[in-house]
Amino acid sequence: MADQTFPIGGTLDLTPPRIAKKTFLEWLLEWATTVDHKRLGLLYIVLAIVFLLVGGAEAILIRIQLAFPNNHFLAPDTFNRLFTMHGTTMVFLMGMPLVFGFANYIVPLQIGARDMAFPRLNALSFWLTAFGGLMLYYSFIGGSGLYGVGNAPDVTWWAYAPLTSRAFSPGHGVDYWALSLIITGIGTLGGAINIIATVISMRCKGMTLLRMPLFAWLMLVVSGLLLITITPLTAAQVMLTIDRYLGGHFFDTQAGGSAVVWMHFFWIFGHPEVYVLVFPAFAIANEVIPVFSRKPIFGYPAMVAASVGIAFISLGVWAHHMFTVGMTSVDNAFFVLSTELVGVPTGIKIFNWLATMWGGKIRFKTPMLFLTGFLFQFLIAGLTGIILSIAPFDWQLHNSYFVIAHFHYMLVGAIVFAVFGGLYYWYPKVTGRMMSEKLGKWHFWLMLIGFHVTFDTMHFVGLMGMPRSIYTYEADRGWAHLNMIISIGGFVQAIAVLIFAYNLFWSYYKGKEAGNDPWDAWTLEWSTASPPPVYNFAVEPEVRSRRPLWDIKHPEDPDWSYE
Amino acid sequence: MSATSLVPNQGGAAETWTLPSRGRIAMYSLIIGESAIFTIFVVAYIFYIGKSLYGPTPRQVLEIPVIATICLLSSSFTIWLSERALERNKIKAFGAFWALTLVLGVIFLVYTGIEWQDLIYHKGLTISTNLFGTTFYSLVGLHATHVVFGLIGLTTVLIFTLLGKVREEHSERIQVLALYWHFVDAVWVVVFTVVYILGR
Amino acid sequence: MNREWLRSLPRAAMGAAIATVSFLLLPSLALADGPQATPSIFAPASTPATDITHLAYFALSVVGGIFVVVGGLLTFAVIRFRDRDPNDKREPAQIYGSNQIELAWTVIPILIVVVLFLTTARMIFAIQDAPKPPSALNVTVVGHQFWWEFRYPKLGITTANELHVPLSSDKDPQPTYLKLLSADVVHSFWVPQLAGKTDVIPNHVNLTWIDPKAPGLYVGQCAQFCGVQHAHMLLRVYVDPPQQFAEWVKNEQKPAIQDPSVAAGRQVFETQACMNCHTIRGTAATGRFGPDLTHLMSRQTIASGAVPLTRANLRQWIEDPDSMKPGSLMPAMKLNDQQLDQVTDYLETLK
Repeated sequence: MADQTFPIGGTLDLTPPRIAKKTFLEWLLEWATTVDHKRLGLLYIVLAIVFLLVGGAEAILIRIQLAFPNNHFLAPDTFNRLFTMHGTTMVFLMGMPLVFGFANYIVPLQIGARDMAFPRLNALSFWLTAFGGLMLYYSFIGGSGLYGVGNAPDVTWWAYAPLTSRAFSPGHGVDYWALSLIITGIGTLGGAINIIATVISMRCKGMTLLRMPLFAWLMLVVSGLLLITITPLTAAQVMLTIDRYLGGHFFDTQAGGSAVVWMHFFWIFGHPEVYVLVFPAFAIANEVIPVFSRKPIFGYPAMVAASVGIAFISLGVWAHHMFTVGMTSVDNAFFVLSTELVGVPTGIKIFNWLATMWGGKIRFKTPMLFLTGFLFQFLIAGLTGIILSIAPFDWQLHNSYFVIAHFHYMLVGAIVFAVFGGLYYWYPKVTGRMMSEKLGKWHFWLMLIGFHVTFDTMHFVGLMGMPRSIYTYEADRGWAHLNMIISIGGFVQAIAVLIFAYNLFWSYYKGKEAGNDPWDAWTLEWSTASPPPVYNFAVEPEVRSRRPLWDIKHPEDPDWSYE
Repeated sequence: MSATSLVPNQGGAAETWTLPSRGRIAMYSLIIGESAIFTIFVVAYIFYIGKSLYGPTPRQVLEIPVIATICLLSSSFTIWLSERALERNKIKAFGAFWALTLVLGVIFLVYTGIEWQDLIYHKGLTISTNLFGTTFYSLVGLHATHVVFGLIGLTTVLIFTLLGKVREEHSERIQVLALYWHFVDAVWVVVFTVVYILGR
Repeated sequence: MNREWLRSLPRAAMGAAIATVSFLLLPSLALADGPQATPSIFAPASTPATDITHLAYFALSVVGGIFVVVGGLLTFAVIRFRDRDPNDKREPAQIYGSNQIELAWTVIPILIVVVLFLTTARMIFAIQDAPKPPSALNVTVVGHQFWWEFRYPKLGITTANELHVPLSSDKDPQPTYLKLLSADVVHSFWVPQLAGKTDVIPNHVNLTWIDPKAPGLYVGQCAQFCGVQHAHMLLRVYVDPPQQFAEWVKNEQKPAIQDPSVAAGRQVFETQACMNCHTIRGTAATGRFGPDLTHLMSRQTIASGAVPLTRANLRQWIEDPDSMKPGSLMPAMKLNDQQLDQVTDYLETLK
């Protein structure tokens, strides 16, 4: 099935990409000045993987410290910096770049375009993100403050005021936090604008919005959401910087300012942000699950509606992070309702994926293994989210390890698993080689085991009263054994991720040749060479249905005669 | 490999395949994002009305900037006139109205500068004086910054016009830039209402 | 037969194992009545906490039911629809969707949401808007970096870090209403067995209440990151039967014991700037920045629960607080050994 050739507006470039001889500096300059969406997509993904490893290392250090009660492996201020950086890194330097990495590489190919709408803006957005990341990490050496040479921010990733004011955070850690995120935020805004313009204005002939692959739809919706998600954070961080440097009083409680206003502004960003992070997982699921179940996605229009619905509703739930702040009972009740409502379109998505698999012929290659893990874990994560939405229950669970377990179930169990699946799925397209199935299976099983050992257990230690953001805990609280188990699971996951990193390299040189379409898939990116030539398609494609390649492979039974 | 398209051309549907201009979509998206930033500053302003513990209040120190507002709002009209002129290839008229827009924008900024000088040196209101000062200068200053960005764009186009490089086929791009200018004006309507009417 | 099907079995087994273990572990959290060393939210001992636990059981059942159904269907699909024969290239029936099914699985979740919401809303109003009985005790809690101040305004008592409240019962309700203030940054007051947590925010007054039904020591800690020693801002709530509580109040209301044999230590205290931060009622020391020490020895721990109150610990704390709680805001006063012994002797008389 991998070698089928069919009359596609094909490629004319027969030069295998790795043979051209360049000096190292020429190669570097090419990558540094590229405006090609595929290269920028790869740069984003590489950035994300690098920061995944860095953030993962921070997590391992945290888990070593917490494996024993009253441990002295890390000093308290070091621990506080590490968990602040871990959260900030994973959200802004791993999760967000993954959105743009996948969108940049795949979307133009899927909609039959030659590049993104604004290639130079694309490059600017990437380099701003990378620079912001560098600036955040420079804080480890540049952030001179009260406690000695160099410090990174140590105020948690949500940086509540007035802890972040000059009075309580005299060093520059908070400034690095705010400024680097303002910069990456501008990059994010540029990237979102680019994706919207590309999807709206550059689809190939015949590809109406309702014939577009769901992956592209989700990238469109997430970009729209980003426009009004990242900007409140930028505004709040500018306000914080005005407070810290120009004597402003936005969050200065001594002058009548309000700490709660920061909370509102931050979570108005922070909640939709987590939906931003999960959308690529949805996008990947919408591509991988149908292909490996050998059926079209069940309920395409419902999936579009559900995605848009989730985006809209997610804008109205933010104060469920603030149930303990002392809002009125009516306010609290409202946010219980809105949060639970977001579970309805989310559930629709899960049911549609289930229905896609139902009656199919499921092939459990590595991408599908990860996406199956995604489905179970996303379900559980959503359910613990419903638990947390019940405000009185949240009055106990808020800021405990139960919350950490919930959102890591989402971020790792759903998002990272889906992303791994997507990377295994599109790696052949990007490099022309298959990743090793054997190493992939080792990666999957170790990751699954490690993930569950850590994060299933974590729910219980939260129910037993352990709060988050603590560098150590009392020995007599009864949390020690469970923390040890959690830490062990962390190491297992680390090994799994290292196997993955090794697989990435090994397969590049030794992987099986992939051909155009190794998975027998149906969207336009599989019609061009692997890797695609710089111009993507020699002739602009023209489509008549949601699965153009299915129509070609099955001329007797094309999609456009049904939907 | 043949260079034919993916599916035998069925005709009809694909003949009139026009999609919205990407520049326009991008500008709308930027405006939506910027509106969100302004909304946060406006919400902070409104929330903190009357909450300053000390220092001058809006009623004590603010005077309604009538002339500045007239200038800025009419600049939306003049830029609209210049857009229409360019569509009809009347380059001189375009240039004239465009320059007038620029001048009106500069007058607005000058009045803002005068207002701030008065507030800071004679009325004792700075960004660090109290909550009113912080929210006032942030919000009005954010708007003024966007006016500056707009003026930079307008000046660039004016220079190109004077060099004779702007023609009718650039209408679409000019309109996209004008869209930004209209946005800046619309924001001023909101800021003006909140700061000088609601807040006083 | 290929080995792909083996892949799905372990996954299904793992799913079942997780579910079983979870259900087995859950009851272990609900330990005996009364206070325990592990502050589990499933061992409530006070009305708000008990109500929350009951709501929690309901929510967990609903959510557990959804998990069993959907997870079960997923497990079934993964096993039943696996590709048994990769050599057979035929594609399965291509189903594009079904409006009726979409409607069904939209309406049913909405109904579940309505039920959960109404149950939850009722409990929110019951706890948050509960009318305050006249017999309630009023305590003002002030959160500091990194310790807790407790004031009993009507009783004229100020103490720190260890809260004493009277035992309540259905027949004779004696809830304690806590007014929460912050002196600096955002904290959060959380004693899981007694109530849900409520944040402690500067320039913002919050109210919460507890209604403890079993006597003993309940532990908790600050639940909102407040700086470097957030982890050691521990809480100890002693629920005393009425007699014991009355005795404690009476003792706390007295001014500090004046023992002439430790006059040297008192001298050190008053001249070495201790009194700038600490209050000892009945003396010249009226500092408000640190904990009230009038009845220091009636407490069992120091440094907000970080270490037990023993002579050695007390002495070391005064000598160098950073050695026990690095980053705490009490400076090392650079006393020499003699001064340290004297002031420790003095403090040990403050029963």
